[in-house]
Amino acid sequence: MITSNNLTKKFRTKTAVDGVSLTLSPGHVYAMLGPNGSGKTTWMKMAAALMKPTSGEVLYEGKPVGVESRRHVAYMSTEPYFYSWMSVKDVGDYYGDFFEDFSATKYKSLLKEMELEGAMKTRTLSSGMMAKLKIAVTMARDAQVYMLDEPFNGIDLLARDEIRHCILREASESKVLLLSSHLVEEMEAVCDTAVFIKQGKLIEVRNLEEMREADHVSMADRYREIYGHTEVSYNE
Amino acid sequence: MNFDPMIPIWLQVATRIKQQIVTGELPPGSKLPGGRDLALQYGINPNTAARIYQELEREGLCQTQRGLGTFVTGSEEAVQKLREEMARRAVARFLTDLKGMGLSREDAIQLIQKEDEPDDHQ
Repeated sequence: MITSNNLTKKFRTKTAVDGVSLTLSPGHVYAMLGPNGSGKTTWMKMAAALMKPTSGEVLYEGKPVGVESRRHVAYMSTEPYFYSWMSVKDVGDYYGDFFEDFSATKYKSLLKEMELEGAMKTRTLSSGMMAKLKIAVTMARDAQVYMLDEPFNGIDLLARDEIRHCILREASESKVLLLSSHLVEEMEAVCDTAVFIKQGKLIEVRNLEEMREADHVSMADRYREIYGHTEVSYNE
Repeated sequence: MNFDPMIPIWLQVATRIKQQIVTGELPPGSKLPGGRDLALQYGINPNTAARIYQELEREGLCQTQRGLGTFVTGSEEAVQKLREEMARRAVARFLTDLKGMGLSREDAIQLIQKEDEPDDHQ
């Protein structure tokens, strides 16, 4: 559904994504893993058609990503992107204006689940509430591809179940879900496939249940093997 | 449910469901949640949920009826067989543990006889 061919992004001094060829197929929930600065966000931004590659390409249903693919690909970035004067309801209206597949009804029920109210001003939200709002507004779209960059960041332990629930509800045979997180443990049961990226390069793509069955190895174990002494953080 | 991430998730949930069948929490013939609901209930990937029913079906412990859903086997015999199988495995685990502590089969039998009814402890 989404394919990157030899995708490369160079910034002045650094190659953030280095020749990554990767296909994400419908019916899977992917975990994109790697320490900070390994190129996950840059890959996602190019897949979301928000950043141009230096070389290589990203295809959505066989065509280069762009205005058309953006209608079907929901992307949640790590940085907050709402105006501070907006209320929670305004954020929904704003999304509704941008995306045809945005469902106000779905948004309402997600807000309820996340214990957010329409009248709340975004500038008064705690970081945890802001994180939930970002998830709600992204998942309120009826997209074919959902890419969530660090969906568990800033979310306390108790609310992570809600987030997982809300992500899993969208998982279906026809959709692609891609989550990036350094909270590896949160994704073990939710994802079926892990994409390991190191210093901009694709290391491997692994089916998690097969890995557990064949090698008796968890995603976190494999992470440690690949990234060596890099810390795997389970908590914020 | 807390998972051990080193053990296949489908196996852990399937084992839990088997326990529920054996204890009667899921009586013979009762309806199981659909794959998607099972995924949400346990917070697991939908493909993993599908695998669970495939395996339980393969073992003759549940049946999927088109358009109706998945049901626990109606066969008391199959449930009894499962109970015996799970008990046998529990005993095997127990014996392996004791063996690891340098205790023999006979020691194990003695220990069981010495042990009060668990209810007295609680």
